[in-house]
Amino acid sequence: MRRGAAVRGAGWLWLAPALLAAALLFGTAVGETRIPLSTVVAVLASKTGLTAAVPDSVDASVIWHYRLSRATVAACGGASLALSGLVLQALLRNALAEPYLLGISAGASTGAVAVAVAGFGAGVISMSAGAFAGALVAFGLVAILARAARGTGVQTTGIIILAGIAGSQMFNATTALIIAQSASAEQARGIMFWLLGNLSGVRWPDIRLALPVALLGLGVALWHVRTLDAFTFGADSAAALGIDVRRARVVLIGTAALATAVVVSIAGAIGFVGLVVPHAMRFLVGVRHARLVPATALAGAVFLVLSDVVSRIVIPGQVLPIGVITALVGAPAFAVVMVRGRRR
Amino acid sequence: MSDTPLLELVGATRTVQGRDLVSDVNLCLHEGEMLGIIGPNGSGKSTLLSMMAGLLPPSRGEIRLAGQPMARLRRQQIARRLAMVSQSADTGDRISVRDAVELGRTPWLGPLRPWSARDDEAVEAALLAVGMDRMAARDWSTLSGGERQRVHIARAHAQAPQILLLDEPTNHLDIHHQFAILDLVSQLPVTTVIALHDMHHALRCDRVMVMQSGRCVALGAPLDILTPALIRRIFAVDARLIAHPADGLPLFAFQRLA
Ligand SMILES: Nc1ncnc2c1ncn2[C@@H]1O[C@H](COP(=O)(O)OP(=O)(O)O)[C@@H](O)[C@H]1O
Ligand SMILES: [Mg+2]
Repeated sequence: MRRGAAVRGAGWLWLAPALLAAALLFGTAVGETRIPLSTVVAVLASKTGLTAAVPDSVDASVIWHYRLSRATVAACGGASLALSGLVLQALLRNALAEPYLLGISAGASTGAVAVAVAGFGAGVISMSAGAFAGALVAFGLVAILARAARGTGVQTTGIIILAGIAGSQMFNATTALIIAQSASAEQARGIMFWLLGNLSGVRWPDIRLALPVALLGLGVALWHVRTLDAFTFGADSAAALGIDVRRARVVLIGTAALATAVVVSIAGAIGFVGLVVPHAMRFLVGVRHARLVPATALAGAVFLVLSDVVSRIVIPGQVLPIGVITALVGAPAFAVVMVRGRRR
Repeated sequence: MSDTPLLELVGATRTVQGRDLVSDVNLCLHEGEMLGIIGPNGSGKSTLLSMMAGLLPPSRGEIRLAGQPMARLRRQQIARRLAMVSQSADTGDRISVRDAVELGRTPWLGPLRPWSARDDEAVEAALLAVGMDRMAARDWSTLSGGERQRVHIARAHAQAPQILLLDEPTNHLDIHHQFAILDLVSQLPVTTVIALHDMHHALRCDRVMVMQSGRCVALGAPLDILTPALIRRIFAVDARLIAHPADGLPLFAFQRLA
């Protein structure tokens, strides 16, 4: 007996936790200070209670408080961003859709910076709330702009991306304005560094937000795999297949905006993850979302952990913003997708 | 069977920017019939079909599916009774023929209702019905226009609807495939509404509805409706009905108005 094509060949999924664990271990083991792998494993084992506690050392502190927390947040952020890109591509029927190119990340940055500078508590939660509000406002504006520009002769694929670029510019300018107006020099430097996408400041408390949101995003996407598939022939066709299109858009795009906002509030605007990872996974596992959703979440997590490692070691003695690494990989990928892109 | 019609339109009107695209259409669909809709370009055939499918709500009037106002039904309930093959549904996704047909099972599945053997049977039967079973693994992008149309019909078939709506399914097809699609559709055990351009195709329907400027101008058995006078009025051509020399079946001969 055959099973639906969407389910066939999902046997590799049991590998996912192993791959993820390997990436996290790699992210924890590699860094500027050389720490032997045996020490890394010993520290991890004792911290997680598998073996008796070892006395705290500088190494242990680096491994546990600095590297592992950072790798874990990178994994959560990568999964969130990649899933956001996947969902936006499916719902908007646009191969170039992703939170960064659609201006959602820029809007989230503006929201987060406004909260940070205005100083409403400035904790991760309130910054995330500001980022979420900014993300929703940005997507709303971009969607309205794209709709208004319909029928002006620009190709359909182009419109929402052009609107996204316009939105990004506007929100980035707003962010710059807020910083110039209200931030102290000290604040401004910190914010600029964070804006480029940066995991340096990440510590364990950030995980309390990053992990639940990544899991929420994965859960919502998995719940809607058939809905996402149903958009293959467009929104009208999805409606004819019994999908409540408006509800699906609100839930799925809302979740994507939330996931993006949380990542932005923790690590700044990291671009191109949402573009590169889903397309790479389509080549590997096909276009059916039952497989594409878990594959994209896993690959996004692994990709950002590895990008973070590269950002830490590529120039000795200097940490590059992670957004630089993802852009170096992502921009050429963007060009390839754009040239090949036949999707509407 | 009860007396409730499968699909009923009462004064269905669709207004966009003050213009009636579809205006005051009344229709009761008979169970098992094949209803053809013909009319010039822009007469509102596609709009009317979208309204019947519940994709466009009527601005005035009401559309009832099995006695229930369409507006009050959930999309999934509608999709279990009614499938639509629209004029230009395409994708750039690298999906296979089988993938495309499997989409037809969407209204019968959910997060808590996984794919089952019954769904496989429905997909298999649909592929067989349109003769695409041997091409199930083919990529969508490699299909010809006629093959794509057949896959769309297979997807609608897999949806197991009582009503099938088809918008000009024979467009752009060669004559062989035009007949193949019409034969296929008339063999399916469903009630069908089909928008057509070819008057000979319309002769094969049980009833024909003629549209002009969004209005239903005639509705009835094809040979009662498609009179030379009406064809001249609606399509601005001279038409003569002649008998086929061999079997006496009706044929149209058209001529441009002098
Ligand atoms: N969304 C729309 N807004 C404005 N006019 C429309 C819209 N959709 C269709 N029309 C117009 O409505 C008329 C009927 O269109 P349609 O239903 O596609 O006709 P047909 O399928 O018979 O060729 C046409 O004049 C068309 O230009
Ligand atoms: Mg039409």
